[in-house]
Amino acid sequence: MGFIFTKERRLEAEDILKRYPAKRAALLPVLWLVQDQEGYVSDDAVKFVAEFLEITPADVWGVVTFYTMFGRKQIGRHHIQVCTNLCCRLKGADWLLEYLRKKLGVNAGETTPDGKFHLSTVECLGSCGTAPMMQIDNDYHENLNVEKVDRVLEDLK
Amino acid sequence: MKKILTKNFEIPESHALKVARANGAYASLDKLFKMKPEDVTAEVKKSGLRGRGGAGFPTGTKWGFIPKNTDKPVYLVVNSDESEPGTFKDRAILEKDPHLLIEGIIIAAYAIGSKTVYVYFRGEYYRQWERFFKALREAEEAGLAGKDINIYTHRGAGAYICGEETALLNSIEGYRGLPRIRPPFPAVAGLFGCPTIVNNVETLASLPFIINEGAAAYAAIGTEKSKGTKLISVCGHVNKPGVYEIELGLPIAKFLAEYAGGTLEERALKAVIPGGSSVPVMTASEALKTCLSYEGCECAGTMLGSGGMIVIDESACVVRCLADIAKFYHHESCGQCTPCREGCGWIKKICDRIEAGSGRDGDPELLLSIADNMMGKTICVFADALAMPVRSFVTKFREDFEKHIRSGKCPSPL
Repeated sequence: MGFIFTKERRLEAEDILKRYPAKRAALLPVLWLVQDQEGYVSDDAVKFVAEFLEITPADVWGVVTFYTMFGRKQIGRHHIQVCTNLCCRLKGADWLLEYLRKKLGVNAGETTPDGKFHLSTVECLGSCGTAPMMQIDNDYHENLNVEKVDRVLEDLK
Repeated sequence: MKKILTKNFEIPESHALKVARANGAYASLDKLFKMKPEDVTAEVKKSGLRGRGGAGFPTGTKWGFIPKNTDKPVYLVVNSDESEPGTFKDRAILEKDPHLLIEGIIIAAYAIGSKTVYVYFRGEYYRQWERFFKALREAEEAGLAGKDINIYTHRGAGAYICGEETALLNSIEGYRGLPRIRPPFPAVAGLFGCPTIVNNVETLASLPFIINEGAAAYAAIGTEKSKGTKLISVCGHVNKPGVYEIELGLPIAKFLAEYAGGTLEERALKAVIPGGSSVPVMTASEALKTCLSYEGCECAGTMLGSGGMIVIDESACVVRCLADIAKFYHHESCGQCTPCREGCGWIKKICDRIEAGSGRDGDPELLLSIADNMMGKTICVFADALAMPVRSFVTKFREDFEKHIRSGKCPSPL
């Protein structure tokens, strides 16, 4: 089947190229567009991006695997990312992670059977003053307790 | 206390252009464009402003390294990668006063002769990127930004090492975030091989005041070697965690009592990391004798760093704290230098072992020996950023490590 951009994303990708004097510099922004479209970066997308930027698939692959936020496979609709770094851990990240594991019935790195949630542990998110906290998709949820966690998860489709 | 960075933080909708302008945003530009670029650099040098990302290098001096008669484009890169554990102060500027940052960007770009600016955001700061992007569009439409310069945003994708300025440049160029050997320094050969200045968000946000009020007014605040104000983001076992603007030189004891609200449930203070997880930890008694300035922290054997203060009370296990820190650096090591790649992993293994109750005699010495083999032996200071916590935790809390090893378990309640 192969990967190609939607028309709008193609236009956006062409626009991105104009920002840099070298095509390769568009790699991270273009990978974000790919992930925006597909939910992750597939092998086909790697080939497509390599051709689009005139670099090798190995170049693209090296970048995809270096940065933690680029996914290599489809995960749940909503990505729950719990910070387990020092400051969050001092304020209860352990109980938060344990609560989510029990509530969702999955370990970190797994997707719930209904495909709704994927649970991950991540490093410092820059929210140390409002710990414990989690990032779900693009949003931070801070100063968490049981009620807040339940409410947030319930509100997600 | 003069509010330079946080003056608009409490105003509703402070991020909107209309509100920002009503509260002084872009007022410095009239004066700025009447100055010669080299005079702007001289003014910033005179102010004593030091880089607020963590290294504390004098900003005006850094700008001065740009070659005078280069025919290559000069780039300004804004470091908004903020990922140092304990640090959440740049985020406050992005959320509450993005126009202050944009104004600072315009000032810096003018001073160094840059027509192209890249603002690098850590990938996780999506809402912050969104807010900044909207503010930038507002400023461009109002003709305040974008006339003589192009300001682009560039999102990272989860890599602490990309906060290191040369790794950041590689990340913009579309590579894995591996730091570069220096020399050459970015000011000579940086982004795309061209003269480049990388400045932190807070550093740039400090510039409008310096142009508006003058270098002398800025230098009148702070101490001999630490001029101006600094954002401190405090977290951990305090009653009022958050971002506070202080005059440099403020004693930590005063900061904890008057800003951070003291320790939770008045438990005894055990340790303080003043400037992000990369700087040496202080015991409670050391911290209570130290001031929040570059030289004050240096005298105490640590660093002001990013100003990300982590407060640890007696309920915490310091062995577990070091294990948490080791896990972070092991995860984030870019991997190109053997002492770092292997040292971080080894340190994590030992800390985990001690924490799990399988510590061995000689483990503390082994940790110190590994730290010695990392410190100063790598392309960038990431390795030092774990070596320093290891050295300070193990030396200053030696008893705690010994108790863990002897008893085969954690003696602390948490």
